Amino acid sequence: MSENIIEVSHLHKQFGDNVILDDLSLSVNKGEVVVLIGPSGCGKSTLLRCLNGLEPIQGGTVSLHGEPVEFGKSGLTKIRQKIGMVFQNYDLFTHMTVIDNISLAPLKVQKRSKAEVHDEALALLERVGLKERANSFPAELSGGQKQRVAIVRSLIIHPDIILLDEITAALDPEMVHEVLNVVLDLAKSGTTMMIVTHEMAFAEAAADRIIFIDGGSIVEEGEPHEFFHNPKTERAKRFLKTFTYSD
Amino acid sequence: MDWSFIARYSPLYVKAAALTLTIGAVGIVLAAGIGLLCALARYYKIPLLRQIAAVYTELSRNTPLIVQLFFLYFGLPKAGIVLSSEACGIIGLAFLGGGYMSESFLSGLRAVKREQIESAESLGLTGAQVMGYVVFPQAAAVSVPAVGANVIFLLKETSVFSAVSLADLMYVAKDLIGMYYNTTEALTMLVAAYLVIILPISVVFSLIERRMRRAGI
Repeated sequence: MSENIIEVSHLHKQFGDNVILDDLSLSVNKGEVVVLIGPSGCGKSTLLRCLNGLEPIQGGTVSLHGEPVEFGKSGLTKIRQKIGMVFQNYDLFTHMTVIDNISLAPLKVQKRSKAEVHDEALALLERVGLKERANSFPAELSGGQKQRVAIVRSLIIHPDIILLDEITAALDPEMVHEVLNVVLDLAKSGTTMMIVTHEMAFAEAAADRIIFIDGGSIVEEGEPHEFFHNPKTERAKRFLKTFTYSD
Repeated sequence: MDWSFIARYSPLYVKAAALTLTIGAVGIVLAAGIGLLCALARYYKIPLLRQIAAVYTELSRNTPLIVQLFFLYFGLPKAGIVLSSEACGIIGLAFLGGGYMSESFLSGLRAVKREQIESAESLGLTGAQVMGYVVFPQAAAVSVPAVGANVIFLLKETSVFSAVSLADLMYVAKDLIGMYYNTTEALTMLVAAYLVIILPISVVFSLIERRMRRAGI
């Protein structure tokens, strides 16, 4: 049995009277790539936000290495250093250059040495093909470039897991590929990730396990090839059918 | 144009300009301090303080400076509080400016997107670090044009100081006109003096604005 990174048990989340996540339990093991799919509004993005303590929850627990992740709690900043997060709209700091965006957390939060952080930042930028953009501002980059920088920004803190929230949803189609290739590369090198995406071909290629969520709970869960080509539940079949254009 | 008159009395303008600048600078720095505190109280929705800040902002912005100065200079002595002309000028300017600065800073703070704060939080930054490294720099950049406009506006407002017997630029000009009837020369020097003070400040603020724009803020 491999090492358990994230454990969600009986998670309950609602906005007002609107139940978003209902008694949801799952766990992610070290080195595993879990892809969450499901219709819009099914709660998958909210789930990722709960895993990073960005949302208060109304029941159940989320824990990282056995330590609770709780919204508004004082230990949260420490736990968040172990969780990387990449958002749909990149959310790079607009007033900082690429290299400053990447270096902020390792320098100020982790108090690592300037030289070490600088070297690692450049090495990571090179890995995603953006070394020459280190001194650009986010406004000078394309969407795909910004998203690759955002991925590097989350990698440099050496998190135990990276959460990717629909990271290609805001991109022009021709830029989707360059970003997903970076993620695929990470998946192959053993990075633990939890990914929310609508790119089904990518999900099948990158995932070790697919979790299909609908109506705030897990409907079906399994190995990607099995899930995409031989789904067991009616709801998953219906959902997957919306991605094909023949009957 | 009587050039010898200008030569003879320009030192008076220099002295008055120094007074205008000194009182203006102190008043504006205090205004910025008050404005920042009020903006923070309203941004963080601190109970009681935010209501006080909101009432103060409306009071200071919606009454003329000359009325505020009269209150300080002629009103307060009736209550036993006697302030010097200089003190009245500084307090008046700080009171008026604080309201305007508060609005400018608050609009800057509110312009910082929620996502920027969340992405900083998700990197493990503490609340204070999020403010210091992300919110303040971005809010400051948004506030620059409005703050610059306030500084210029407040410096121009100092021209009513003569009403409380402060020997500022306006006071000197009125004095010379009253004594010698050299209206053209006195007013020309007055206009020139304000331009010499305010134009460089305008230029500096537009340079800062241009620098900020490069960062795409």
